[in-house]
Amino acid sequence: MSTGMVLALIGAALSTILAGIGSAWGVGMAGQAAAGVTAEKPDLFAKVLILQLLPGTQGIYGLLVTFITLSRIGVLGGTAVTDTNTGLMYLFACLPIAICGLISAYHQARTSVASIGVVAKDPDQFGKAMLFPAMVETYAILALLVSILAVTNI
Amino acid sequence: MAIVKMQKLSVCANKKNRKAILEQLQSLGCMEITTEGIDDPQLQKMDTDKQRQQFLRNADAFDEAIRLLDRYAKAPSKGGGLFAEKEQIDRAQFEEVVKNQKQLVTAGQAVQRAEKTIAECRGTIQKQENRIAALEPWMALPVPMDCSGTKQTSYLIGTIEGSITEDQIFAAASAGLEDPAPVSVNLLPGSIPGQNNMLVVCLKRDRDKVENSLRAIGFANPAVRVDGVPAEAKKEIEEDIKSQQEEIARQEACIASYADRREDFRIASDYYRTRAAKYDLLGTIPQSENMFFLEGWVTADRAESVKNLLEKKYDALVEKEEKREDEMEPTVLHNNRFSESVEGVLESYGLPQHGKIDPTFIMSIFYVIFFGMMFSDAGYGIVMAIACLIVLKKHKKLPDSTRKMMQLFFWCGISTTFWGIMYGGFFGDAIDQIAHTFLGVPSDVKVIKPLWFDPLSQPMRLLVWCMGFGLVHLFFGLGIAGAQYIKDRDFVGWFSDVFSWYLFIMGLVLMLLPSELFSSIAGDAFDFSGITKLGPIPKYMALVGMIIIILMQERSKKNPILRVLLGAYDVYGVTSWLSDVLSYSRLLALGLATGVIANVINMMAVMGGNSVAGVIVFILVFVLGHTLNFFINALGAYVHSNRLEFVEFFGKFYEGGGRPFKAFQTANKYVEIKNLNQGDH
Repeated sequence: MSTGMVLALIGAALSTILAGIGSAWGVGMAGQAAAGVTAEKPDLFAKVLILQLLPGTQGIYGLLVTFITLSRIGVLGGTAVTDTNTGLMYLFACLPIAICGLISAYHQARTSVASIGVVAKDPDQFGKAMLFPAMVETYAILALLVSILAVTNI
Repeated sequence: MAIVKMQKLSVCANKKNRKAILEQLQSLGCMEITTEGIDDPQLQKMDTDKQRQQFLRNADAFDEAIRLLDRYAKAPSKGGGLFAEKEQIDRAQFEEVVKNQKQLVTAGQAVQRAEKTIAECRGTIQKQENRIAALEPWMALPVPMDCSGTKQTSYLIGTIEGSITEDQIFAAASAGLEDPAPVSVNLLPGSIPGQNNMLVVCLKRDRDKVENSLRAIGFANPAVRVDGVPAEAKKEIEEDIKSQQEEIARQEACIASYADRREDFRIASDYYRTRAAKYDLLGTIPQSENMFFLEGWVTADRAESVKNLLEKKYDALVEKEEKREDEMEPTVLHNNRFSESVEGVLESYGLPQHGKIDPTFIMSIFYVIFFGMMFSDAGYGIVMAIACLIVLKKHKKLPDSTRKMMQLFFWCGISTTFWGIMYGGFFGDAIDQIAHTFLGVPSDVKVIKPLWFDPLSQPMRLLVWCMGFGLVHLFFGLGIAGAQYIKDRDFVGWFSDVFSWYLFIMGLVLMLLPSELFSSIAGDAFDFSGITKLGPIPKYMALVGMIIIILMQERSKKNPILRVLLGAYDVYGVTSWLSDVLSYSRLLALGLATGVIANVINMMAVMGGNSVAGVIVFILVFVLGHTLNFFINALGAYVHSNRLEFVEFFGKFYEGGGRPFKAFQTANKYVEIKNLNQGDH
């Protein structure tokens, strides 16, 4: 296996690993808050569940980029990477969603926890409360786009 | 397609009709009653708090009784769960319950009393079981535990912890007594290891000496005390437990015997809750010696009929009123059957105020399109549309908000199917994978082709389209802002705040599209070279727009220098347009996410190969995987459709701040009375 291939695979792995860590961390944090609310007000289960899931998307974005990368570097299709530079390009193309996914999921989760607090106090404000975590997600989406566009154009 | 016009009515009527009028209004449920505006020191208010509390307590008691009935006498499930509907009952049945309310309250209390007894019995059983467990090591004791001895001897009953033999205890006990010591140590069999229960017999005169010696090596009284021989005491306790259990069974049967009253309990609970709501209002109504007064909002089309009804039937004086300065009409929306489905989404942001434009119609169209683009799978769309349709057909009496939500997701499902066909996604690439793996189609033949194009192979092309859609959406938002200016006859405002931005942004876009920069980003998917024929027009558009913004946007400022400087700063607002348009890239990203994850699931599903086991693996992975993907991506599409509407679209014009309409109505939780709302709807 060429060095380039190794680098590309590291990139592919990182995007799932880091974004996945972020989401697991985030969904876990928000889940604790959601469980607390459900203990007191079981009717709010569906609403707080939605808020809990919001930081979970980064992990999916990471998986997405991994999959697209693997399908281009000869693991799930495409052609194998032979030179080191191309491998490096794949590695760096994966980094936006890997790093931004990790950090944005954490911060989205903190916002989710706050929003769960809002819903616990006033369930009618769910529509507004849902928006705050969604604002954070924008930057994960931008990172995802950059990663996809970069990987598909190498 | 708009905000419904409201009419304020003021009612003044004889006190003797007070109850009848309130009940009539409550059952109509079409009026929001306010009494805050009427403040005359001559008028008095009734204190109804006590009755209201009593009614609420009754309603709670019935709720509790219903809950107990559900626990001890399970009702045949009617299904529904999330989509539970209120039961329809006859007027006569309702009257019957009202007639028998005293008796029902007694029945409800009986159910609660039975539950209290059951709880007490359970407590007793628990306590007795603990005693039995503590007695267990003493079973071999042949004498009553409180027995102190015979005429000549003393019994010492107790425990020493730790490992010690009978001889050691004997040695300790006989210390200081004559030899052979008149002491007998009997260790009881069946003790817990490390805990030596014993019966020590000695002469009465030696008792203090022996006890002191034993205490010195850790002799202690038993932790448990019963009257009589332990084995017999245990039997007695067991008897008691049995009788408690019988009592529980009796009380459970007693509760279950009320199972046929469940329906009545439900009605009674609703009856008391509704009465509590009435008394709540009653407590705020100003009254004089013979008259009472109230004000309220109704929709304008109902005003005349409500007025007539109250005047004819109850001799009330009803007048149509103008709204006061400090008052705000409540907002009721009325839209066509398609658009009304997003009213709930709009409501969660905030209703529009009167005099403002209701954005529901335009919002609904874009909401459904954007949801479809982000969910973008024909298979998921069909599942979603059919599921919603089944719920809507099966449950005709859903609460309005749930029904609208279901309708919204039905339309979103249709839109999702449409975009799935455009992008060529049906449970991802399920059909291709099945064909290649199980049907022997060569793997380089594509079975399903997208009607438009495959987003994964041309992401840049779709990105440009998404931003195009976004720009159209934003322009509609700005258009509504413009319509509002025109409605308010503020043409200067329209010219300087809306028209200027149209010119400026369109000019900029037209300058960008044919440029080198754009084609180098978008690739050769688009050819906008035709725009160059416009020559310098786009440049002038942008320039004129910018100048209007600089000169006019801050027209409220008196100081001309400040006005121009702040105007120039407003031009900087173009960056918010840029970020808004970029935000629509989520349409691409989430659309890709659905498709690619679905493909990953399919790929894992066919790993079993073409065999019986392979097919089983395929079905399992397929169903599980796609269910998961469905929910996660439906959630994403829902959240981000909301976001695009709330942040980008509403950011251009919407203020919200409307007050929701809270009609004075029945507070029914379980039932709905048929044929009550005559002349209603």
